[in-house]
Amino acid sequence: MSVIVYIESNENRVKKTSIEAAFYAAETAKLLGTEAIAIALGSHDAAELEKLGNVGISKVLHDSNVKFDQFDTRAITKAIVAASTSVNADVVVISYNQNGKAIAPRVSVRMKAGMVAGATALPYTSAGFTVRKNVFSGKAMANVQILTEKKVIALTPNTLQKVVGVNTSTIEAFSTGVSDADFTTVIKSVEKVTGTVSLTEAELVVSGGRGMKGPENWGAIEELANEMGAATACSRPVADVHWRPHHEHVGQTGFTIRPNLYIAAGISGAIQHLAGVNGSKVIVVINTDLEAPFFKAADYGVNGDALVVLPKLVEAYKKFKSASH
Amino acid sequence: MKILVPISKVPDTTAKIAFTDGNTKFATDNVTFILNPTDEWYALVRALEIVEKEGGTVTVIHQGAAESEQFIRKALAIGATDAVRIDAEATDAYQVAHNIFEYAKDKSFDLVITGKETIDYNGTQIGGMIAEMMDIPYVTLASKLDIENGKAIVARDIEGGKEIVEIPLPCVIAAQKGMAEQRIPNMKGIMGARTKSLTVVASAGEALTTISSFELAPQKTACKMLSPDDMDELVRLLHEEAKVI
Repeated sequence: MSVIVYIESNENRVKKTSIEAAFYAAETAKLLGTEAIAIALGSHDAAELEKLGNVGISKVLHDSNVKFDQFDTRAITKAIVAASTSVNADVVVISYNQNGKAIAPRVSVRMKAGMVAGATALPYTSAGFTVRKNVFSGKAMANVQILTEKKVIALTPNTLQKVVGVNTSTIEAFSTGVSDADFTTVIKSVEKVTGTVSLTEAELVVSGGRGMKGPENWGAIEELANEMGAATACSRPVADVHWRPHHEHVGQTGFTIRPNLYIAAGISGAIQHLAGVNGSKVIVVINTDLEAPFFKAADYGVNGDALVVLPKLVEAYKKFKSASH
Repeated sequence: MKILVPISKVPDTTAKIAFTDGNTKFATDNVTFILNPTDEWYALVRALEIVEKEGGTVTVIHQGAAESEQFIRKALAIGATDAVRIDAEATDAYQVAHNIFEYAKDKSFDLVITGKETIDYNGTQIGGMIAEMMDIPYVTLASKLDIENGKAIVARDIEGGKEIVEIPLPCVIAAQKGMAEQRIPNMKGIMGARTKSLTVVASAGEALTTISSFELAPQKTACKMLSPDDMDELVRLLHEEAKVI
């Protein structure tokens, strides 16, 4: 028996969401008294894979077939299941990031393994095998018991505080046996913003709503995000009128995020918006309207005009940064 | 083009969430149910737009008891050709996906379009599960879908942007915002929906998971209000008290 985790890299670095999933797999393996093994497909930097030892991975199986770099959910599923079978894995851990959402349900079917979609805690193994997840857009949690011997856990990003040690994983060349005919997805083009912090991976997020009054005022949000190393986000109305691109939209119909800190400037906090951000550890709300529902979900509130408050917050943060360095 | 659109019913976004039977069941009393937004607004409407252009049919399929036929009739009023109801309450995603697969496997659908997730259990599972059962390609978090030369051209989310991919038909697509705009059924649609075909089939699917209990999310403690002129204090609290910076 073992626990296996699927690892992805982006621009030669193992994704932060994959490192979290690896840590989760290692902790689950400890609970089950076994080892955690990783499966990596396509192009990866070997030194990066070795570093998975730091979060408790003993061995990385690597199929370096570059065809895997084209994200084909069917081929990747076959490969993950082949690796799981070869190491006799009972638990498969996959980050529920954009790619994981496509793969984990497929792996569940292929292994006939019960799946928890969006786990937010380690499994309880005292009676049965139960994993907690958020339901009703974060308004409640469900404890989901997996009834099958094989299990798939799709982990919500930013869930566990990881403990990092200093160990090196061994890397083993592995052939998943996936044939060329299994690849049917062709990537035509990629539109990607580089050099900024990815929203779904971000620990700090600065977000703006209609209270920002216009796209020309976003400089203050970008400056604060830049100073803090945060990602930028926005509310739905702002994305709908094209003040900001849709890939920044958080909320029920946009992204669900769980950063450590979410700063909402000029966002009233409609229930649909809260559904996307209520998993944030700490929420700061800046709004002129003291009756804005967002204050009820906030940890810290500032009753004022975001256009006036944000520059002051930027100055205060700069002062804090220079004092702490 | 033959398209299948699985539709789900969910509690309205503003519904009060509570549980009964020792926190093992969702309390449905006084809860208004709606068609799952991403199924209705994006998956169904895009399916209709595709058959309006290419010709073909859109079948909606729903798993639920007889009282959920009102949601199926709404989908028919919006424009679906016909409908199927799997006569059982949904237990887990695998069971629902398996039932949809059992119905669809010998019907030669070119496309299955689902919403990206339901707003109750937030799983994003059904589409991927159906795709694997059928052993066909799958793209999720899709914000654009066009059919060109018998292939699906799909825009999907990746970290920090989008990727345009081409996959052969048949395939499964899970749709999100950007795919289409909500359509309100008109009187002609509502009248026509009454006579459209609705087939009822039995459930054969099995569940692989069960919810042993629910808990409400912990309430936030009162928000600490700070003066707009004292952002140094906010930064201090974020550092020393909340420890997030």
